[in-house]
Amino acid sequence: MFLIECPWCGPRSQTEFHCHGEAHIARPKYPDAVSDAEWADYVFNRSNTKGVIYERWVHNHGCRRWFNVARDTVSDRILAVYRVGGKRPEVTP
Amino acid sequence: MVEKKKTGKAAPKPKKAKAGPAAKPETAAAAPPVAPAAKPTAAAPGVAAASPLDGRPGTGIDTAVMVEHPHAGKINLRGDPADQAFLDAVRDAAGAAPPTDANTVATAGRNEILWLGPDEWLVVTPEGEQGAMETALGAALAGQHVSVVDTTDARTTIRMHGAHARDVLVKGCPLDLHPRAFGPGQCAQTIIAKADVLIHQRDDAPTYDIYVLCSFARYLWDWLVDAAREFS
Ligand SMILES: [Zn+2]
Repeated sequence: MFLIECPWCGPRSQTEFHCHGEAHIARPKYPDAVSDAEWADYVFNRSNTKGVIYERWVHNHGCRRWFNVARDTVSDRILAVYRVGGKRPEVTP
Repeated sequence: MVEKKKTGKAAPKPKKAKAGPAAKPETAAAAPPVAPAAKPTAAAPGVAAASPLDGRPGTGIDTAVMVEHPHAGKINLRGDPADQAFLDAVRDAAGAAPPTDANTVATAGRNEILWLGPDEWLVVTPEGEQGAMETALGAALAGQHVSVVDTTDARTTIRMHGAHARDVLVKGCPLDLHPRAFGPGQCAQTIIAKADVLIHQRDDAPTYDIYVLCSFARYLWDWLVDAAREFS
């Protein structure tokens, strides 16, 4: 069983969580002011990293809180868990 | 299902917040015509509470006994645990402050407060006392940025106890229920056989309270009965 450390509930099974994609993607402050290309970049383009990726996860079958995770896409190891709004932690895969 | 019309918000009696259990049938009849409730009886105005598990056969195994504990009052409470005024107000109303340690339960008399998240709890009261508790919490917390919602009818509780209770639960639950990780006074929201549940271990028997949505109750009950069969 693959355990994920919920910052609120502690270690729980992966089956209690959902991943909701890359974190730290800021919505353009003035959507009317950006070009179609810039908007498309915000909506569709993701880093698709081989290595460390920063993601949003939610403990949807537990406390239902959102948090961020730094994960190595090569090993699938979770290297850090941090709160929404927090800074990307420096991690080494 | 259709007859499942219960206490809670079903019968709002505006000025009768303090009306005791001896509310007279005449009073009920005089209330605004909300929904055509069944003929009120002298003993219990309105319709008797029903549970999705009424009459469901249990395990028949004395090391994994299952009984339903229906209709306990369940109030969802949200607020800021870093705010002392919030903790004090809840203590005044419910008898205990909401626990700030994750996955723990505070007990005060017959009331229990279960931790659900960093700013969320479930206040469990004896059957029929949820209205008074909701009122008391609302009064004590007036003016604060909080949420108090009676969710009594959303869930029922399956109480399971016996030497094999833990063995039955772990067949479908990813939570570590080993005594070194989970013991009396602890609670957790998790899943059993893919159904969302809130588990509270009450004692070392062990006895577990399993809160489950009414719509999942029969499914989960039957799953547990089946899972217990190997211990008969
Ligand atoms: Zn959690």
